[in-house]
Amino acid sequence: MNRPELVCPAGTPSAMRTAVEAGADAVYCGFQNATNARNFPGLNFTVPELEKAVAHAHAGGTRVLLAVNTFPPAGKVNLWKEAVENGARLGVDAFIVADIGVANYIAKNYPGIRLHLSVQAAATTPEAIKFYCREFNVKRVVLPRIMTVPEIKMMADAIPCEIETFIFGNHGLMVEGRCSLTNYITGLSTNMDGVCSPAAQVQYIKDDVGNLSTRLGEFTIDCFSCDENAGYPTICKGRYLTAAHDGPYYAFEEPVSLNLSSLLPDLMAAGVTALKIEGRQRSRAYVKSVVTAYRRAVDSVMAGKDPEISGLLALTEGQKETQGAFKSKTWR
Amino acid sequence: MMKTQLTLAPILFHWSAEKKLDFYARIADEAPVDVVYLGEVVCSKRTPFFEKHYDEVAERLKRGGKTVVFSTLAEVMLKRERNMIAGFCDLEDYEIEVNDTSALWHLSDKNYRVGSLMNVYNEDTMAYLVGLGATHFSLPPELPRSAIAILAQYAAQSGVTTEVQVFGRASLALSARCYHARAHGRIKDNCQFVCEEDPDGMPLVTIDKQEFLTVNGIQTLSHSYINLLGELSDLQQMGITHCRLVPHTQDMVAVANVFRDALDNKVSAGESVEKLTALDIAAPFSNGFWHGKPGHQWAGKPEIVQK
Repeated sequence: MNRPELVCPAGTPSAMRTAVEAGADAVYCGFQNATNARNFPGLNFTVPELEKAVAHAHAGGTRVLLAVNTFPPAGKVNLWKEAVENGARLGVDAFIVADIGVANYIAKNYPGIRLHLSVQAAATTPEAIKFYCREFNVKRVVLPRIMTVPEIKMMADAIPCEIETFIFGNHGLMVEGRCSLTNYITGLSTNMDGVCSPAAQVQYIKDDVGNLSTRLGEFTIDCFSCDENAGYPTICKGRYLTAAHDGPYYAFEEPVSLNLSSLLPDLMAAGVTALKIEGRQRSRAYVKSVVTAYRRAVDSVMAGKDPEISGLLALTEGQKETQGAFKSKTWR
Repeated sequence: MMKTQLTLAPILFHWSAEKKLDFYARIADEAPVDVVYLGEVVCSKRTPFFEKHYDEVAERLKRGGKTVVFSTLAEVMLKRERNMIAGFCDLEDYEIEVNDTSALWHLSDKNYRVGSLMNVYNEDTMAYLVGLGATHFSLPPELPRSAIAILAQYAAQSGVTTEVQVFGRASLALSARCYHARAHGRIKDNCQFVCEEDPDGMPLVTIDKQEFLTVNGIQTLSHSYINLLGELSDLQQMGITHCRLVPHTQDMVAVANVFRDALDNKVSAGESVEKLTALDIAAPFSNGFWHGKPGHQWAGKPEIVQK
C-alpha cells in the first residue's frame, strides 16, 4: 500500500501555516476572488500572501495546490488566466480546475505544472475522467462525494490518473459544479462567483416565543425551536414542506458532516492517492485538530494499526456525522 | 437573419408511455417547433418504459417536419448508464445532444450538440468543444445576458448555433440521491417510481408556506417558470438561433404558438405574456437569471407585467 497524501484546507495564510505544522503533505488554497469555489469574505490569499505562503510550505516539504476551480462566464475569462499566471509565477505545485477552457489554457501554456481535475468538474465515470486526461494531461481527479468505496476501487483500476477523495468536512448534497440553487435565490452563482449561501444575504429572525428562523434572500431555509442549535442556512440542508411528507423535513439531507475515519484503511486499499479534508472556510483551530488527527490516523494505518480518531465529532457540523455515499448505496 | 428556431426540450418528468405517445403525436401534428429532443436525461431507471417507442415517435415527428435529436443522460455513474451513453454515441441516423462529459470520450470523430446541463460558460470552453466536433450549444439557464451575448457572437463567428431556454422550470441542481424517493421514505433503489405522481415535479415549500423549489427525482428545479417573451427580440438581435421550451403538462402546442408568434413579431411581448398567463400555469414567471438577478425574480421591461 502506498502512503497517501494528506491534502488540507488553507483558507488563510495562518491556516496554511497551521496545516503545514500539523503534518499536511499538501495544502490547497485560492485567490481572493471568483476564481475559486470558496470565494467567501475574509478568506483566501492576495498575490503577495501566496508568495510568502508557498515559500513557507515548500520549506516544510508541503506541496501547494491552487484552486482555480470555478467557471468563468464569457467576458471575464481574463481574471482566471491572471490567477493561473500568478500561480505559475509563484511556483504552485498543481492547479485544481473544473472549466474546460481554463484546463486548456494551463495545459497549453504551463505544461510543466500538474493539473488536477476539481470535484467541481463532476467527473463520475472512467470515460469522463479519461476524456480530461486525454485532452489536458490531467494527473489527478478529485472524485465527487457520491461513490461507494467499491465504486472508487473500480474507478482506480479504470483510469490513467491518481484519485483524490474527500474524507472529512462539510457534505454538499448536490453534485458539485452542477448546482445553481444559490444563484436562483440570491443572484450570486456558485459556479461563476464561487459563492454558496452568501453571508450578506443571510438573516436570523427570532419570533416572540424564541423560535429562530434562518433566511437566505427572500426565503426561509429552516426554523429552530429554542432548544435546537440553529444551522447556517444552506439551501440543500434546510427543512421544507411537501404533500407526500408529514410536516417539515430535510428534503435533501440533514446538516451532517462527512467523517470517513473508519473507512480510511478501505480507501487506502482501494488505491486512493490523496485524502482531502474539506474546510477552507473553517477556523485555524479546526484545521489544527483535524489535520493532526488525520495525520496520526494515516500513519497508524500505514503502520498496520487501528486508525481510532476521537475528538473529531465535536468539529462536525451540528455534532452529527455521516459516511454519506461512501458506505452504502442505500444513501442514494 | 435566419429565422429563429423553436425547440422542444426532452421531457424532464416521469410521464407514462401512453402520455408521452399522445404528447408527441400532438406535437408532431400541431406544434410550430422545429426541433424535438427525445430521451431520458434525468433518471436511467425510467428508460425501459419508453425505449421501445422511440423509433415510432421519431418517425412520426420527422413526418411532421421536425428535426429529431436524442439527448443523453445528465448524470452517468452505473455500468448500465455508461453503456447507454456509448450506445447513443453510436447512433447513425440521429444527432445527439450530450449532457455529461462521459459522452465526449466516445465522440472524437463525430459531430454533436452540447446540452444545457453541460458547463459551457465561456468562449474558451465553447471554442475547445467546437474543435472537438460540437456544432450547437444549449446554454446553461443561469447565464446572464452579458455572457450570453458574447457566446452568441462567438458561436456565429465559429459557424455553430446557440440555444437558450425561454419557457419552463429551470434545472437548478443534480444529486446522486433521489429526493422523490426520500420524500416518500424510500431510497433510489426501491423508489417504486413515485415520481410519476408529479408530472410537473413535486413542489417544495418553505416552513412559512412560500413556494420555493420543485423536485424531480435526482433533479431540483425552480418553482417559477422561466419566461423570456420580453427578452426575445434582444435574444434574436444578439444572434441566438434557437429558443427552447421545456415540456410541462400545460398545453404545449398553445405555448409553442405564443412563442412562435412573438418571435415572428406577430404579437407584442406584453400581449404574448398575457396569452401565456391565460394558459393557467400554476406558478409565477421568472427571468432573473437573464437580467443577472436572483433567478426567481421577474425583472425587465416595466410595461410587461404578469398576472
